[in-house]
Amino acid sequence: MGALRSLGRTFLAFLAAVGRLIVFALEALYRTVRPPYYLSHVGRQTIEIGYYSLPVVGLTAIFTGMVLALQSYTGFARFSAESAIPQVVVVTITRELGPVLAGLMVAGRVAAAMAAEIGTMRVTEQIDALTTLYTDPFKYLVAPRLIAGTLVMPVLVLVADIIGVFGGFLVSVYKLGFNGASFLQNTVNALMTQDVVSGLVKAAVFGFIVTLMGCYHGYNSRGGAQGVGKATTNAVVSASILLLCFNYFITELFFAR
Amino acid sequence: MTQKQNLPPKIRVRGLSKSFGRKAVLQGLDLELHQGDSLVIIGGSGSGKSVLLKCMLGLLHPDAGNIEIDGTPADRLIHREREEGRAKIGMLFQNAALFDSLNVWRNVSFGLMQSKGTSARESREIAIAKLASVGLAADVAELYPAELSGGMRKRVGLARAIATEPEILFIDEPTAGLDPIMGHAIDELIVACVEKLGATALTITHDMASARRISKRMAMLYEGKLIWDGPTRTIERSGNPYVDQFINGRPDGPIQGNLAGVD
Ligand SMILES: Nc1ncnc2c1ncn2[C@@H]1O[C@H](COP(=O)(O)OP(=O)(O)OP(=O)(O)O)[C@@H](O)[C@H]1O
Ligand SMILES: [Mg+2]
Repeated sequence: MGALRSLGRTFLAFLAAVGRLIVFALEALYRTVRPPYYLSHVGRQTIEIGYYSLPVVGLTAIFTGMVLALQSYTGFARFSAESAIPQVVVVTITRELGPVLAGLMVAGRVAAAMAAEIGTMRVTEQIDALTTLYTDPFKYLVAPRLIAGTLVMPVLVLVADIIGVFGGFLVSVYKLGFNGASFLQNTVNALMTQDVVSGLVKAAVFGFIVTLMGCYHGYNSRGGAQGVGKATTNAVVSASILLLCFNYFITELFFAR
Repeated sequence: MTQKQNLPPKIRVRGLSKSFGRKAVLQGLDLELHQGDSLVIIGGSGSGKSVLLKCMLGLLHPDAGNIEIDGTPADRLIHREREEGRAKIGMLFQNAALFDSLNVWRNVSFGLMQSKGTSARESREIAIAKLASVGLAADVAELYPAELSGGMRKRVGLARAIATEPEILFIDEPTAGLDPIMGHAIDELIVACVEKLGATALTITHDMASARRISKRMAMLYEGKLIWDGPTRTIERSGNPYVDQFINGRPDGPIQGNLAGVD
């Protein structure tokens, strides 16, 4: 009985949290589209989220492309299907691994940093101070991050796609003895617009999710340094989980017929 | 005084109640402030002084009661003001709440730049003038809040609060965490600023020496209500045992150990 009750309570708390998150997201969207706009902040966040994530995302992508080629080779050799490696690499990277891995890396970097920064501003009353100085914290803090995250993630994923395929190319040509020109030719032939587009749509959604979770947990953090620490962890965990959920549903939207 | 009484009050608080969970912090508080008043509210730690100010600023939503500033409900005021770009309320937070990511002059002129769109060059000049009026030299302008001492932060916070020349000034714990000399200096700055702006000021503190210096009128917050309210010079003869105990800092009396009196 007690176990049932605590299960029910947990479930209700979960629903309440989802509700709060949805309200926060809608409010953020509503205030994002209304002036004033802090364009210089959007620029700064674009650099912060996009440019400074390049090394992490690039490294992730190149090793993923490399391991993908290697694994496919050892696996496919059993069926003498080694020639499918270029297709496997490009489709897997553009559809799935590019956006998901870039999203997870950005979640670790950006959602954590945002939750920590906004959370510190919350517990040191800087967000209250903004309000008393004629500034809407949503427009000043949240909106630029959401805009920058949503716009810059597709670019980041496009870069990850290219680097990932390049990683597969390196291993195939220099280790597995593929012909470089025919690898590229096969890659281009296998590439479908829908693969790339679905990947970029995912990227935009992931960018929104990651920045939203960073802002949400930061904005609602309570109780000093400990609260900020909790907000940071929650931001990364919830951004990663939500991202993987949405990844499934977007995939279903594009490819399940 | 009689003439003032005929004007509508600048700030009117009626039956203000605010609880956090089961903890009742404010329980039907009434307060009126007229143009040019300088009121200090004293009360123990945790008695709800900061909560009162946050309700008046529209940062917390009261459970019951209403707050009107110039006849406008406080929670609506904060949005209307923002739209009209009108500078009405200045607030000095308990820990100054300076923006870490901005240097001192950008902190001071933040409200001006946001409300009036003042250019960076002009804002910087105004900020330096405001810094001078709180006794800080121009070279502080380029520092970041992390590089300031507690007293300097309080001064910068005060400069930021008065930069938009507000009609109403809210001050939370002007002297907390400062040495007595610095505390005294901040008090004098506040008195000077309030006089210069002709502002209506509401200060909250539990520092009696500071309260005496700043106020013309004092009130005491206890168990969610103002239990005493009168001219500062009469507080010694308040005839209220709670007030007596508090201003003399006696451990024995009607206020027991937990000053908040709630819990
Ligand atoms: N956001 C909040 N959530 C829950 N409880 C709160 C919140 N803000 C304040 N409280 C509670 O309300 C009570 C009054 O707090 P408040 O900050 O107003 O005290 P104070 O009178 O300003 O004290 P001090 O002089 O120490 O600053 C405290 O017991 C505090 O625990
Ligand atoms: Mg306080």
